[in-house]
Parts: sequence; C-alpha cells; structure tokens
Amino acid sequence: MNAATLAGSAFLLEVLSSPAMAAGGAVEDKFKWMTFAVFGVIIAITMYITFWAAKHTHTTSEFYAAGRSVTGVQNGWAIAGDYLSAASFLGIAGLISLYGYDGFMYSVGWLVAYITVLLVIAEPCRNIGKYTLGDILAFRNDPKKTKTVAALSTITVSTFYLTAQMVGGGVLIKTLIGIDYEVSVIGVGILMLAYVVFGGMKATTWVQIVKAMLLVAASILLVMFTWAPYGFSLPGFLQAVVGDAKVQAQVAKLVGDAATNMSPQELGQRFLEPGLFLKSPIDQISLGMALVFGTAGMPHILMRFFTVPTAKDARKSVIWAMAIIGGFYVLTLFLGMGAAINVGPANITAVDKGGNMAGPLLAQYVGGGADSVLGNLFLAFVAAVAFATIVAVVAGLVLAAASAMAHDIYVGVIRGDHATPKEQVVAARVASLIVGALAIYVGIAAKGQNVAHLVALAFAVAASSNLPAVFLTLYWKRTNTYGIVLGMLVGAISAIGLVLASPNMTYPQAVAKEAKKVLEGEPAQPAKEAVPAKPGDGFICELFAVCKKAEPAKPASAEKPAKPGALEKLAKLQEKLPTITDAAEKTKADEDIAKLQKDIKKAQDDIAKAETDKTNLIGLEKPFFLLKNPGLISIPLGFLMVIVGSLLFRDKRAEEMWDELYVRQNTGIHAEAASAH
Amino acid sequence: MSDSKKMNWAAIDADPRFQALHRKKAGFLWGLMIFSVIYYFLLPIGAAYFQDLFKMKVWGPVNVGILFALSEFVVAWLIAYVYSRKANAEFDTMAQAIVNDAHKIGG
Repeated sequence: MNAATLAGSAFLLEVLSSPAMAAGGAVEDKFKWMTFAVFGVIIAITMYITFWAAKHTHTTSEFYAAGRSVTGVQNGWAIAGDYLSAASFLGIAGLISLYGYDGFMYSVGWLVAYITVLLVIAEPCRNIGKYTLGDILAFRNDPKKTKTVAALSTITVSTFYLTAQMVGGGVLIKTLIGIDYEVSVIGVGILMLAYVVFGGMKATTWVQIVKAMLLVAASILLVMFTWAPYGFSLPGFLQAVVGDAKVQAQVAKLVGDAATNMSPQELGQRFLEPGLFLKSPIDQISLGMALVFGTAGMPHILMRFFTVPTAKDARKSVIWAMAIIGGFYVLTLFLGMGAAINVGPANITAVDKGGNMAGPLLAQYVGGGADSVLGNLFLAFVAAVAFATIVAVVAGLVLAAASAMAHDIYVGVIRGDHATPKEQVVAARVASLIVGALAIYVGIAAKGQNVAHLVALAFAVAASSNLPAVFLTLYWKRTNTYGIVLGMLVGAISAIGLVLASPNMTYPQAVAKEAKKVLEGEPAQPAKEAVPAKPGDGFICELFAVCKKAEPAKPASAEKPAKPGALEKLAKLQEKLPTITDAAEKTKADEDIAKLQKDIKKAQDDIAKAETDKTNLIGLEKPFFLLKNPGLISIPLGFLMVIVGSLLFRDKRAEEMWDELYVRQNTGIHAEAASAH
Repeated sequence: MSDSKKMNWAAIDADPRFQALHRKKAGFLWGLMIFSVIYYFLLPIGAAYFQDLFKMKVWGPVNVGILFALSEFVVAWLIAYVYSRKANAEFDTMAQAIVNDAHKIGG
C-alpha cells in the first residue's frame, strides 16, 4: 500500500493547512489552526488503523468480512458508527433545536428499526450468508438472476445514500471551516478510498468504531455542560426551555397567526408539543414504515453481520448497537433543546437553514463562545467528528456497493463463481476504486442540489425491495426466484417512481409562482374569519391528486398589509442611495442593493425557466403523489409482488432447498467460519 | 461443500427437537415483533389524533407526549433485553443439542 495512502493524506493535510482554502465558515480564521490540528490527529489515527489493517487483509473473506473476527461488542460500535450519519448526528439535533418535540419524535423510528434487525434478520443472515445480500437470496433461488437484481438494488440504495452523504458532507465542511465544496468532496473521497482499498472491512470497521466513540464522547460532554446548570433535572431543564424568549419567538414564528392569542408561557410549552414540523400523520407513518423495515434491508448494515464469528455475536452486536444508538438519540434531546436556549433558533438558522449547525454551535457556546479559545476547540472537535462521520459512513457504503459489483456481478454472474481467490480480491479492490471515483464524481456533480430526501428514498427502496425479498426467502417456503425478481424490481421501481411524482421534486411552475411573489410582492389581505376543517373525498385522495383532499381548520387572521416586491424595494433604495452620507450606512445600502439584484436575477431566471420547461423530471406540472415518503404504498407492494410471483410460477430448487435453509438459519450448521490467524 | 451433502436436512427439520425449537421461536419472535410495531406506530398516531392527551402536563412542563416518546426508547431496550435473555438461555441450548446430533439424525 502505503505510498499511495501517505500521498493521499499528505495531499489532504496540505489542502487543510493552506490558508487560501479556509476563508469563511463558522470557525473564525484565527482559530482555524485548531480545527486543522484536530482533523490532522483524527486522520493520522485512521491512517495508522488502515496501515495495520492492510497487513491483515489478503483473502476475500478478510477484505469483505474482516476475516469474520470482529467481536460482538466491536461490531455493535461499528454498526452505530455506520448508522449515525451526519444526517442523524447533526440533522436530528438541528430539528429538535428548531421544532422541539417533533424533532425528538422523528428520532424514535431510527432506533425502533433495530428491533426488526434483531428479531428477524441479523442471526439468520449470519447463519446462511457469506458477503452480500445477493448471497442470502441465492441460497435457494437461481443464483445468477437473484444476484443480478440484488446487486442492482444494492448499488441503487448505496448510490442514493452516498450522494446524500457526499453533498451533505461537502456543504457541512464548507459551513464549518470554509474549505471549498469540491476540495471537501475530493478529500472525503480520497481518505475513504484509502481505508477501503487497502484496509478493506477491517479498516472500515475500526474507523467506524473510533468515530462512534468520538461521537458519543463529544455528545456526553456537551450534555454534561448543558444539563448541569439545571441540576440534571428533566422538568427543571424543560422549564428553562419553556421560559426562554428565543424559543417563544421561534414558536410564534412557526404558528403564525395563532400566536396572537397565546401567552409567552403557552408559546414556550407549545415547543414541547407535537405538530410544529411533522404536519401530515399519514406521511409520518409512511416514513416510519420505511425506517422500521428499511434499516434491515440496508446493504451496508446487512454486511456488518458477516464480520462476526457466530450468530450469537451478531445478536450481541445488535444489542450493543441499540444501546449506543438509542442512548445517543436521548442525548440529542438535550443537545437540540440546549442549542435552542443557549444559541437560539434564529442564530442557528442564520448559519444553516436546516439547523444542521445546532450541535457545533452549542459546542462553541458551551466552551465559552465564538471568541474563546476553549469554545473554538470544542467546535473544532465537533467539526472533526462530523468529518470522521462522513468518511466512515461513506466507506461502509462504498464497500457494500463494491461487494455487489465485484462479488455478485463479476464473480457470481460473469465468472459463474469460478474466480480464483486472488482474482476475487483484485476484483473487490478495483470495484471499490470504481465506486469511490463515482462517489466523488456524483458528489461534485450534485453540488447545490437538494439531496435531503435521498436518504429517505434509500430507506424506502431498501424497505420495498430488499427487505421483502430477504424476509420471505428466510421465512416462507413457497418463495422462489420469480417472486424475488418481480418483487425487488416492482418494489424499487414503485418507490422511486412515487418519489419522482411527489412534492419532493422541483416543479418549475410552483417555483415561478414564488419567484413572482419575490419580484412583485404580495397585495394587502383583509382580515379573515376562522375556517373549520373540511373532510376530503376519502383516504385515496390523501395519497393521490385524483380527488379532493381534506383541508385542516384555519384560524382567524388579522388584516395584513401589502408586502413590497424586490423590484419596488430596489428602486427605492437606488433613489435613496445618493442621499446617504454615513459611510457604514452606505456600505450596508450597497450590500442590500447587491442582494436584491441577485434575488431579482434568480427570480427572473426561475420564471424564464418555467416558460420553456413547464414540468418536473417526469413531465408533471404538480405533484401527483401527495406524500413525501412512498413507503406506505411501495412496501406492501414489494411484499405482494414477491408473493404473487412465487405463487404464479413453481421453482423446484427453491422448495427443495427450504429444509436446508430453515435448519441452517436456526442452528448455524455449516455457517461460514471465522478465518484462522 | 461436500460436507453439506452428508446432512439429511429433511430429517433434521422433521426431528421433534427442531420442531419444538421452531414453534417456540416463531411464537416468541412474532409476538415481540407485532408488539413493537404497534407500540411504535402509536407514537405518530397519538401525536396526530390524540393531541389533547399528549399535551397534558404531568411533571412540571413534562407532558404525556414527551414521556411516551421516551418510553419508546425504554420499550425498545426492554425488547432487546427480553429477546437476548430468552435466546441465550433457551434457543441457543436447544439449537446446540440439534447441532451435536445433526450427523446422526436420519443418517
């Protein structure tokens, strides 16, 4: 290895320490050396791990499954490291800091998901599987056909998740320390490739363990500092949240007109009640289904169970993972609420609209604020953990996608399982390089895109395609190749298709309408009386735009004055500009004019775009599917199609293999053994 | 895998000890699984349709909704604990007995 690894890290360190790359960001320039020092330490640790792991990574089993020598406890930490992505680590704390209760409720599903993994997936998969999802399905079904669809699905799910991680990571690092987006993406890509290509699963596992431990340590430390002033009392802490003026202002902003009749205490209490963020219960149930059933179908999570020696260790690893992941989400309640009262929702959204900076900003506050050395050291530490998070999650995903490509497609389908051991390892490394390069390319190509919904889509595809196939292969005798192929294809395609027709997509005409508002402003509105809720035409109308949807009650609203548009504001400012004499005021006016001109340009572009291109990606003018999450429909459909396909056609091998599969998944006879060292 | 050819899988499957393991495990796992799914979906359902209940304050500003959300974590951990106790104590022993005799059954 190591020349290339060292070159990679040297390149990265050089980039990190060059001042030109580090303008802007949440960390002030004079404190940036601290961030880079912490980054350097973490990168050095992971490089050492890779160096050590590379010496023990020669065979296929070592490359994909760390020689099945990872202990249950280690694997539990690694699963937590794999699962607590930047989205859940920073995103959920952010949601709680902005929306209170709903953010916390959102976190619950991510833990409950592991019950499915524990009870029905982990142990049987360890007992009958080898390296990939495709191996499990090929046990009793036609190997070539099922490995092909399993690999397609694995690569699809991994790519969605990977894109979200790469784009989110690039934006995050830019927001935190001001390194250019492209440089961050390339840096993450090179580091991750070094881990995967040289150290395989062993390096990936240990990077994930180190990262999970850092993350948990950082969170416990922050919660200690945040909660201690309230004597570690839950009601005491929440009372401070309720009484906080910044929280009350945030709730007033969120509830709009209804706030006029509420006392400050009531506004604060509202922060601890549901309904500020998650407004559609059906959509939420749909997301909950994708999480609860999707996690068990996530290829990079499934793959982790092949790294332990026995099914008992697989069980132990899920238990540990549940303790770590659940404990972490309970801590985020305090991180999020702590950020809300100490930093304030308005300041959090000023740095990042989605609230992703809540955790890092809280760290800075706890250490003593933006000008203190300790505050910036804390911020540096959290930023470095965030960076390690992205690298660790991406490494796991690349390994999963590469194993599908090399082990399922190349070795299984193309070579008909006749590749030499050496050939297999080379194929695995080459596939990792291909997937890694692809991840960097996609990360850069998707710059500026809204990719948040891609994580939910990855879970939805895994829940609609992978889970029904694995579950029914393990537990239903009649399942066969036809059912697997039909169910996986229909499940994946319907999940993706529904999202393409959903409100997640960009609809040019709706964008143009908003742009018009920006340009021309809004007319004055008279006071309105309260409108009671109107029932819709039935349940189906809540899902598809084919009939009338139910409308919620609207509270009475006061008269609203007209809002001026950007054009009008610009004209006024330009008129006023020559009369301004104060230098500071003049700079501000110039800045405002520049901003308005930018807004106007963007709005005009949007309107022009909508003229030529009236529809979204698949030719819709407005959403046809009304939920943001397709799981409610695509998951049952995936299950149904596996059943229908299996019942329509007979496959003798699948039925003959049932006894063997069922005995082996329950007893572990002939399970792949750990390699001797 | 010449080794797997030696096994008489159908005979092991039909063995009363394996059947006992299968029945015990299936009943236990399905029960826990159904309970956990129902308990989880009570949270979004309660938050959407039983807001008055969720808003009821029971411990200072702490309301039923917050306690219920926290209870989701406790219940998930309890399920994990209950399952691992049962599996470690019972299922593993039963499976081991079958593994030990596997070559003899039907052979």
